Amino acid sequence: MSDQAISPLRPIEPWHQRLVRGLLYGKNVDRSARARVRVGLCMLVFAAVYAVIGLRLVMFAVVGDNHGSRRTAAQDAIATARPDIVDRNGQILATDVKAPSLFGEPRRIIDKDEAIELLTATLPDLDTGEVRDRLSSKKGFVWLKREISPKQQKDIHRLGIPGIGFLRENKRVYPNGVDVAHLIGLVNIDNQGIAGIEKWLDTNGLADLHRAGFATDRLQRPIELAVDLRVEHALRDELMKAKEHYKAKAASGLVSNVRTGEIVAMVSLPDFDPNNPKEANDPDRINRLTTGVYEMGSTFKAFTLAMALDSGKATLNSMWDARGPLHYGRFKIHDDHPLGRFINTKEVFTYSSNVGAARMALGQGVEAHQAFLRKMGQMSRLRTELPESASPILPRKWGELNTVTISFGHGMAVAPLQAVMGIDALVNGGYLIPPTFLKRTEEEAMKLAKRVIKPETSEKMRFLMRLNAEVGTARKADVKGYYVGGKTGTAEKVINGRYAKKKVLNGFTAILPADNPKYQLLVMIDEPQPLKETYGFITSGWNAVPTGGKVIARIAPLLGIEPRFDLPPSDRLILATSRTSQ
Amino acid sequence: MISREQRTPFSEWWWTIDRLQLVAFLVLILCGVILSLAASPSVATRIGLDPFHFFNRHVMFLLPSFIVMIGVSFLSPRQIRRSALIVLAVSVVLIMATLLFGAEVKGARRWITILGVNIQASESAKPAFVVVVAWLFSESARRPEMPATSMALAALLGLVTLLVMEPDFGQTMLILAVWGALFFIAGMRMIWVFGLAGTAAAGLFGAYLLVPHVAARIKRFMDPASGDTFQVDTAMDSFFHGGWLGVGPGEGTVKRILPDSHTDFVFAVAAEEFGILLCLALVGLFAFIVIRTLSRAYANEDLFSRFAASGLAILFGVQATINMAVNLHLIPAKGMTLPFISYGGSSMVSLAYGVGMMLALTRQRPSIEMVSIDEANAVRSYA
Repeated sequence: MSDQAISPLRPIEPWHQRLVRGLLYGKNVDRSARARVRVGLCMLVFAAVYAVIGLRLVMFAVVGDNHGSRRTAAQDAIATARPDIVDRNGQILATDVKAPSLFGEPRRIIDKDEAIELLTATLPDLDTGEVRDRLSSKKGFVWLKREISPKQQKDIHRLGIPGIGFLRENKRVYPNGVDVAHLIGLVNIDNQGIAGIEKWLDTNGLADLHRAGFATDRLQRPIELAVDLRVEHALRDELMKAKEHYKAKAASGLVSNVRTGEIVAMVSLPDFDPNNPKEANDPDRINRLTTGVYEMGSTFKAFTLAMALDSGKATLNSMWDARGPLHYGRFKIHDDHPLGRFINTKEVFTYSSNVGAARMALGQGVEAHQAFLRKMGQMSRLRTELPESASPILPRKWGELNTVTISFGHGMAVAPLQAVMGIDALVNGGYLIPPTFLKRTEEEAMKLAKRVIKPETSEKMRFLMRLNAEVGTARKADVKGYYVGGKTGTAEKVINGRYAKKKVLNGFTAILPADNPKYQLLVMIDEPQPLKETYGFITSGWNAVPTGGKVIARIAPLLGIEPRFDLPPSDRLILATSRTSQ
Repeated sequence: MISREQRTPFSEWWWTIDRLQLVAFLVLILCGVILSLAASPSVATRIGLDPFHFFNRHVMFLLPSFIVMIGVSFLSPRQIRRSALIVLAVSVVLIMATLLFGAEVKGARRWITILGVNIQASESAKPAFVVVVAWLFSESARRPEMPATSMALAALLGLVTLLVMEPDFGQTMLILAVWGALFFIAGMRMIWVFGLAGTAAAGLFGAYLLVPHVAARIKRFMDPASGDTFQVDTAMDSFFHGGWLGVGPGEGTVKRILPDSHTDFVFAVAAEEFGILLCLALVGLFAFIVIRTLSRAYANEDLFSRFAASGLAILFGVQATINMAVNLHLIPAKGMTLPFISYGGSSMVSLAYGVGMMLALTRQRPSIEMVSIDEANAVRSYA
C-alpha cells in the first residue's frame, strides 16, 4: 500500500531505473502524500479558473446592461424638445409633436431581402438601395425612416419583421407654417434649428441646454414673437393676390411698430412651408426683406429730405431748380414728372423729383450725406435675431455723382428691413430703434433707441408723407379713416450692368396714422407687369400703392387703430399742432 | 426501497456511489437537452435540415450514453483498468483506420463511418488513455522495477502522433495537458514542472511560428482588428444581448447568425436565451463536478483510483474550461465542445464512458476491501 510496506520487496530494482526515478521524482519521497498535495493544488487551480470564468460572465452581464444603452445612445441623438413659439397673442406658430421613427438593428435581422421588400412595399418613398446599404452594415443601430405616421407604424408593426423597431421622437410642426415661414425658419430632422428664429433659439442657449440634457421636458417657456399672426396672414393674403394680379416675380411686405421696432408681420413671396423642408432650399425663396439688398428708389428721398430739413439749411418752403434735367458731367438726371419750374420742398416729395432731391443732397455735400446715412443705419450690416442678413452694397468710391444718385435711391443697395428701420426713425420722433422679431415694450425700446433727427424734422416728415397720400403719388393708398401717409419708390433694376426700363422693383412705404404714427407698412413688388387697368404703367403708384391700400384696410382694424373721419388735411392737422407745441 | 440488509450488486452500487455527483451529471445532461432545443434548430434550418434534426439525434444518443455511464460506474478499478486498455487499443486502431479511410472534412480526417454510424475515435481514446496513463503512473510509484514512466511517455507520443496526423490540435492539447497534470500529480520534481511548462510554451511558440492558422488566431485574439472575428464578436453580442436574465427561450436572435451555435458556441446561446445567471449556474455545476471528483480522489487511498479519477476530472474540467473561455473571449478561438451540453454523438458516449469511470472510481469502498484488493494484487504479481 505505501512505499514502506512494500520496500522489503524492492531490491530487484536495477540501478539505472533508480537513477531515472531519482531524477524524475526525487529520492526517498512519499509519493502518495505528495500526490495528495498535488491533487489539492489541482482543486485550487480549477477553483481559480472557474472563478475567473464566473467573473467574466458577471462582467458581461454588467457591460451588457450598458450595451442595452445602444438604444439610449440612439435616443440621445434623436430630436429633443424645443420650446413652443407663439405670436404676440399666444397663437402657436411652432410646437413639438411626438412621431414614431423607424430604425433597424442589422445584426438582428434574419432575412435582409425579405425585410427590405416588405418595408419598401409599405413605405414606397423608401430608397431600396439606401435601405440595403444601411441594413448590410455591421452597426447595431441604423435609422431607416424618421418621423413616420402612426398608420405606417401600425402597418410595419403588423409585418412582424425582426430587428425593426420604432422610437418616439419629437417632430417639429408649424400649424401656421407658410404664413410665418421666413420668420420662424425651420429645423432639421434632429430638431435643430437651421434657419430663422429656430436657429436663433439654438444659438442662444437651447443647443447648450440640449447638450446638458435639460431640454427634454416640455416645461420650457414658450418664445413670444412680435409677430401678429392675424396681420401676418392678411398681409400674406393681399401680397399673394397682388403677386398674381400683377404677374410679379416676387412680392414682399413688412409691418413694423415704429415706436418699438417690433416686426409685427413679415412676408416674402415666394415662400415655403417649414413643414416641408425641401422647398426651403430653393434660392428663389430667400427672405427678400433681410437677405436681399435692393436699390430702394424714391423711398430713399425721404432720407434726403430729412437730412436737408434736419440740417436747418432747408425748410418746407425752400425752392429748388427743377426747370430741366440736372447735368452732372456727362450725365443728365431727369424727372419722371417734369414740372419745368422752381419747386418747393413739398413738391420735391409729392412729385418725387429726382432733380430736386439731387440738388438738396449736393447742398449738403458728400461727407454730410454719408454721415447722415451712416447715422440712419443704412451703411452697415443690420443684424437681428434672424441669422439671415446681408450687408448693404455701397459705391466703392463715393463721389458727388454717387451722392446725386443715392439721393433718389440709386447706386446703393440696402436690405429693405434696414430702410424700414430708417423710416421708422424719421416718423417716430427721431429715434433709431434696432428692429426685433421678439416682443418688446416701448420702454425697452427706448433704452435701445438713439436720437438721430430732431423731433420737428420728424413732424415735417410725417406731414410730407401724409401730404403725399393726399395729393401725391400715394393717393391710391389713402384708406379713409386711417390718415395714411406714404412714399412710393420705383427702382429700375440693373440687368447686365444697365438700368432696365421695363424691369422695376416697386416699393411703397406707408405710415399710419400719419399724425402720430404707430405702424409702418412696406410693400415691395418685384417686376410687376403692365396691365390694361394700369394703362400700361408699371410704376409703384399703379401696383404697390393700391396693394398697400388693401393691406391697410385689412390690418388697421387688427392693429387696433381707431378710424377717425373728417380729419383736417395734413397742413392744418400736423403742421399746426407741431407749431403750437413749439 | 433499496435495503442495506441484502447485499446485491445494485444495492452495493447504490450505497457506495457518489449520489450527489450522479445528480449533478443528470442535471448537466438535462441542461444539455434543453439547450440543444435552443441552439440546434437554427443551425439545422440554416443548413437545410429538419429543424429538430440535431435535437432528435441528441436525444437519441442519450440512451446509449446513459447505459454506458451507469454500466461503467458498476465496474471495479481493476475492471476499469482492463476495459480502458481495450478501449484504448480499439480506439487507436480506429484512429489509424480513420487516417486511412476517413473522409476529409474541413481539411481534417477525424470521422470514420462504421455500420452507418459516424464515429470520432479520438473522443473515445481520450478517457481510456487517461486511465491507462494514470495506471502507469501509479505503477511507477508502486513497482519501481517496471519502466512505467517511460511507457506513459511512449503512450503519449504514440497517441499525439496519431492526433497530429488527423490533424486535431484541440484534442492533442487536451491530451498533453492531462498527461502533464497526471505526471505532476504522480509526484514529479518541481524542476520538471517548470521544464514541462517551458516545453509547452516552446511548443506553442513553435506552432505560432510554423502553423499559419494558429498564428492568425492568436493575432486575432490579441488584436481583434487584424482579421475576421465574426464568431467571437457574435458570441459576445449574445452575452450582451442576454444580460442577466436572458431574452427568454426561443427569443434569441444572435444564435441565428452564430456558426456552430449547437457545438462550440452553445454556451453563448445559453447566455442569450436563459441569461448569464444560468451560465453562472452551469459554471458552478462544472466546478462542482470537477472539484468534488478531485476531492474524492484526494481522499482515496488507492493510488490508481486517485490518479485516474483526478485525470478524468481534469480532462472533463479542462475541456469545459477551454470551451467557456473561448466563448467568453478569454483565450484565442479553439474549437472544443462543452461536455454534455454541446451536440455530438461520439463526444457524448465517450464522455459518458469517462464520467462512468469517474463515478466508479470515486465510489466509497471500505478500506478493508481496498487492502484485500491490494493484497490480492500483490499476491498475484508475485505468485
